[in-house]
Amino acid sequence: MYAKTCLIFTVNKLTVSKGLRFRRSPRWKVSWLFVFVALACLPFADLSISTYDPWAELGRLFGGLLQPSLVAIEKPFEALLQTLAFAILGVSSGSLIGFGLAQLFHLRLVRIVCASVRAIHELFWALIFLQIFGLHPLTGLLALGLPYAATFAKVYAEILEEGDRRAYDTIRQSAGPTSAFFYARLPDLWQHFVTYTGYRLECGLRSSAVLGFVGLPTLGYYLSTAFLEGAYAEVWALLILFYLVIASLRYWLRPKLLPLYILIAPFIIANDSEISVDNISRFFTQDIVPLPLRNSEGLSGLWQWFTELFLTEALPGIINTLLLTQIALVLTGLIALIWFPLISRLFFERFGRLLGHLFLVIMRSTPEYILAFILLTLWGPSMLPAVIALALHNGAIIAHLMGRYSNTLSLRVDATAGMNRYAYEVVPRIYNQFLAFLFYRWEIIQRETAILGILGITTLGFYIDSAIQDIRLDRAMVLIAITAALNVCIDSLSHYIRSKLRLSIGSQQISAESRR
Amino acid sequence: MLHLVSANASYEDSIALTDITLHIPVGQKLALIGRSGAGKSTLLKLLYDQRPTDIALVPQDYGLVTSLSLFHNVYMGQLGRHPLWYNLLNLIKPLKKPVGEVQSILSVVQLSDKLFEPIGQLSGGQQQRAAIARAIMQNGDILFADEPVSSLDEQQSNLVMKVLCQRFETLVLAMHDIDLALKYCDRIVGLDNGRITIDEPTGSLVRKDLLDIYGE
Repeated sequence: MYAKTCLIFTVNKLTVSKGLRFRRSPRWKVSWLFVFVALACLPFADLSISTYDPWAELGRLFGGLLQPSLVAIEKPFEALLQTLAFAILGVSSGSLIGFGLAQLFHLRLVRIVCASVRAIHELFWALIFLQIFGLHPLTGLLALGLPYAATFAKVYAEILEEGDRRAYDTIRQSAGPTSAFFYARLPDLWQHFVTYTGYRLECGLRSSAVLGFVGLPTLGYYLSTAFLEGAYAEVWALLILFYLVIASLRYWLRPKLLPLYILIAPFIIANDSEISVDNISRFFTQDIVPLPLRNSEGLSGLWQWFTELFLTEALPGIINTLLLTQIALVLTGLIALIWFPLISRLFFERFGRLLGHLFLVIMRSTPEYILAFILLTLWGPSMLPAVIALALHNGAIIAHLMGRYSNTLSLRVDATAGMNRYAYEVVPRIYNQFLAFLFYRWEIIQRETAILGILGITTLGFYIDSAIQDIRLDRAMVLIAITAALNVCIDSLSHYIRSKLRLSIGSQQISAESRR
Repeated sequence: MLHLVSANASYEDSIALTDITLHIPVGQKLALIGRSGAGKSTLLKLLYDQRPTDIALVPQDYGLVTSLSLFHNVYMGQLGRHPLWYNLLNLIKPLKKPVGEVQSILSVVQLSDKLFEPIGQLSGGQQQRAAIARAIMQNGDILFADEPVSSLDEQQSNLVMKVLCQRFETLVLAMHDIDLALKYCDRIVGLDNGRITIDEPTGSLVRKDLLDIYGE
């Protein structure tokens, strides 16, 4: 009898104390975990400024903004046309191939191949294809088209997955799968495909511009030349033209005009370089075959070669890539949290929001590679320019998505204003989406971190680029494969955390933009 | 204290309220009754806009932040009265004094065992009482509530109505439970199709007549 009362008493006490003890949410704990990891990374990261007078150079850069040179408009215009042509051709071919692959996405093999292709950044693909095709337009097309096709395949497959299948299932037997698909599935999903593809074209423009940094005749090529010559007025002319093109995208990029653009684009990117069959066969039969195998040193030689490569280049590259990624990720989140109110109607009136939009458009339209390039030239090679560039660009993207999401919230009429509103009403409501966006971008930030190595920061890209400069393509290929594997790991870790925290992204429109 | 003279309100394509004249003196407990779509919520909004700073509000959708705890949601009624640093600190680590204050209000609406539960894990009726607790936390003299007891059972409805009458000097409640309106309010205003069709002290009204016109 006594024992029974006791039991009831303890049970009661347990249920009562459950609601009476303040418990922090898992998302709170995970957020701090990431902050502490980033802080722990700081001492190991080189964040110094090594140039003699970085601020004076920055001053001269912004001085150039006051007098953008229109004298040299000819070059920027040509660069812009090239950038557009590569982007349109690369993205549309990627979209077509991706659409086909999406139908086969239930096959494990297709998924694995797509994930691996996606995990290698466009710039690395460009470096590879430069070895095979030289400066032939095919290099740029494949460098863009291949990773874009893999991403399109994944997202298109997700869109197909989420769509309503009932009409399709009803008529499939009588109409056959193809007709049934075009009649019962595509019409419903068409708008989602168009929205996502249009958004990707904007990404494609950025990618295409950046391909210039490895030698293609797009914006990046002229930008880096102008920058290294100190022709800041020209730099600004190029950048402003680029912003104008992106800002006006919705006026000239009409589905109806797309076939016309696709017809014209090949004539713009055509040049007189030729594909050398010898080059191609040498690439596959000699260049990328590991040196010990070429010298027939056997498996032990191969192992020794690999361990040496791994310990001296891959490992330091991996460590630096991870350090930089974690620091940039947390800074990205911080910036997004600070910036999103700029475009939210919960905090600013129309005019203020307009300025906020302008600011965020500029920050997210400037490719992180270009930002990093500029900051690196000003401050010297360390992780600092890379961290800042990644955080500014990605922070602006997430701030844009969060700001838009916050505009869908409806607060009660007596909700407080200012910081109280920010802390009590808004951030708690959108924090799940915020974390989801941030974890989506985790893998993207890491892919970009690796790439920034080409600029001289000792992440994996640095070692890949050096190996290619030394024409040791066998080493470069192994390092690229390691980079891809690392990206796949982070992608699945991010997926795991998202599903553990049950983080999901709101509306279809916003989720389309957050995928990349 | 609150006055409307020949007020109209309309949404984009339809007229919501026509020719509303209403004077509400201090200390009155007023119930707005009417079928759904009669214009009760619109009238509440019109009246609210007259003195938004003095009025504690319980909106129909409660306006709670589902990912925050019950404690924080109730505390929100007092945000304006504390400095920002205090509010932020309390958000991260609940402070003793506000916890005590919130707890005492929660015990009145029978929610004290849920103090730190996230709102999203509470039932509809519990959320409704949470919104009422937040309004009480505002510590004002006037309460505006849109269907404050729609998700509560009879016992809880009576409890909440009693508490509201005690805590607030002036009440303006949109309701469709006519029995509760007659029991706790001293004035009934009936709306039909955007017009005031009845405006009488409770004593002079007969339940059955009201039910015929305004009952659901």
